[in-house]
Amino acid sequence: MPEAKKKLKLALYWAASCGGCEIAVLDIDEKILTVAEVADIVLWPVALDFKYKDVEALADQSVDVCLFNGAVRNSEQRELAELLRQKSKVLVAFGACACFGGIPALANQFDRESIFRRVYDTTPSTDNPGRVRPQTKLSVPQGDLHLPEFYNAVYKLDDVVEVDYYLPGCPPPPELVWEAITAIVEGKLPPKGSTLAGERSLCHTCKRKKEDKKVTAFHRVHEFVPDPEKCLLEQGIICSGPVTREGCGERCLDANMPCRGCFGPTPEALEHGASMLSAAATLVEGKEEAELAEVLDGIVDPLGTFYRFTLADSLLRIRNKSLGLEEKAEEGEEAAS
Amino acid sequence: MTQAGSPKSQAAAGEGWEPKVVAFLCNWCSYTGADLAGISRLKYPANLRIIRVMCSGRVSPAFVLKAFHEGADGVLVGGCHPGDCHYLEGNYKTLKRKLVFERLLEQFGIEPGRFRLEWISGGEGDKFARVAEELVKAVRELGPLGSTAERLGRADGLALRAEGGGGNA
Repeated sequence: MPEAKKKLKLALYWAASCGGCEIAVLDIDEKILTVAEVADIVLWPVALDFKYKDVEALADQSVDVCLFNGAVRNSEQRELAELLRQKSKVLVAFGACACFGGIPALANQFDRESIFRRVYDTTPSTDNPGRVRPQTKLSVPQGDLHLPEFYNAVYKLDDVVEVDYYLPGCPPPPELVWEAITAIVEGKLPPKGSTLAGERSLCHTCKRKKEDKKVTAFHRVHEFVPDPEKCLLEQGIICSGPVTREGCGERCLDANMPCRGCFGPTPEALEHGASMLSAAATLVEGKEEAELAEVLDGIVDPLGTFYRFTLADSLLRIRNKSLGLEEKAEEGEEAAS
Repeated sequence: MTQAGSPKSQAAAGEGWEPKVVAFLCNWCSYTGADLAGISRLKYPANLRIIRVMCSGRVSPAFVLKAFHEGADGVLVGGCHPGDCHYLEGNYKTLKRKLVFERLLEQFGIEPGRFRLEWISGGEGDKFARVAEELVKAVRELGPLGSTAERLGRADGLALRAEGGGGNA
């Protein structure tokens, strides 16, 4: 901070997100008053009525910190990411969606056309006889109206702009949010590109008893109440602790629920989901393929399980052939016949 | 041995396209098998890029994804027959992963023909040549997969900052 007495300028933005990250900011409780003392908020759509124009009017680099949560799903979010990057000295990818795509990125198993068809045509509750679909432009007597373009894929924030810090979690826990805010206020931030969380895997901080990892059957969380003292993996519940970054405070584990991986991969993991797949599959005892297959079939939905929060940060990113090409080919065949 | 795959059968694949297949072969069995195929002068397609690893158990699913990510059209993992692993159980680990990994690939829209795990001993040069031929033929029929960057580019045409994926902040 160049001048100690000057108040920080803070921007908070939500893109493709659920709003939980906004609550996470408020979860620092009464300390939010301290934030108000040291910072002026220049944009916070969820709480305060600023217009995008107000942000556009700011000088470049005049916002000290922008906490950006949510993934990039449409052109509006991309434009705001670019605008806020231009206006901010420090841009923080806040929460799992901004860091790795998060839950919204699970939609990368489908393309825009498949999603629209489902949402506007085929869900049981849809009543849309005119098969109306969202358009990016509509001309009315008063002029042209525009809607953002819905992309085929969901992107993480650093796909579209340079990100200075990553604060993972779904949502980031209040302790880490406060630590980050303190570091910003005191000007004690780590090197750019750092993740503001632990460096080791969650298993290092997990207090559960870890003994022999041999699994004879996998269970889903609704099927089975695990022993709260013992390692969940040893009880056949997929827990992403071995490949997930520590620092979350183990809120899920304390509630007897497994780690779902919202802190993203450890610095060493080449790929979050594949690493966990490898860790989970090799826990099974046995050598006969048929028997192994029976046990391993207990891992339903490998993609949704292992890439729950990190599909937009994965090596393959999107489903192959999910580009609408198949549908076009089908339509072509129908037209031809 | 016949030439693998007629070039005419790949109309959709674009002109001059040749399948790229990455083969992770274990040092003790499959790599020796590939070597034997060469020594025996067996013909097999030249589309394989062989990477020697100490054990098929070393081949993390992430390596296979990385190969697809960078533009491989197919991936072969070769290990010792069950019971023959130089490290006793490495190939069983590979087998266990495969049983889940194949379902993951399906969810990613990667056709089953593009990935194959085979047990090939040091004496099975002929099996190596046959597997190579079958795999390349299957991949040729499936056509190019495209790297992640290419597939993302086709999706939205956005100029992404970094090559898609695999990054860890």
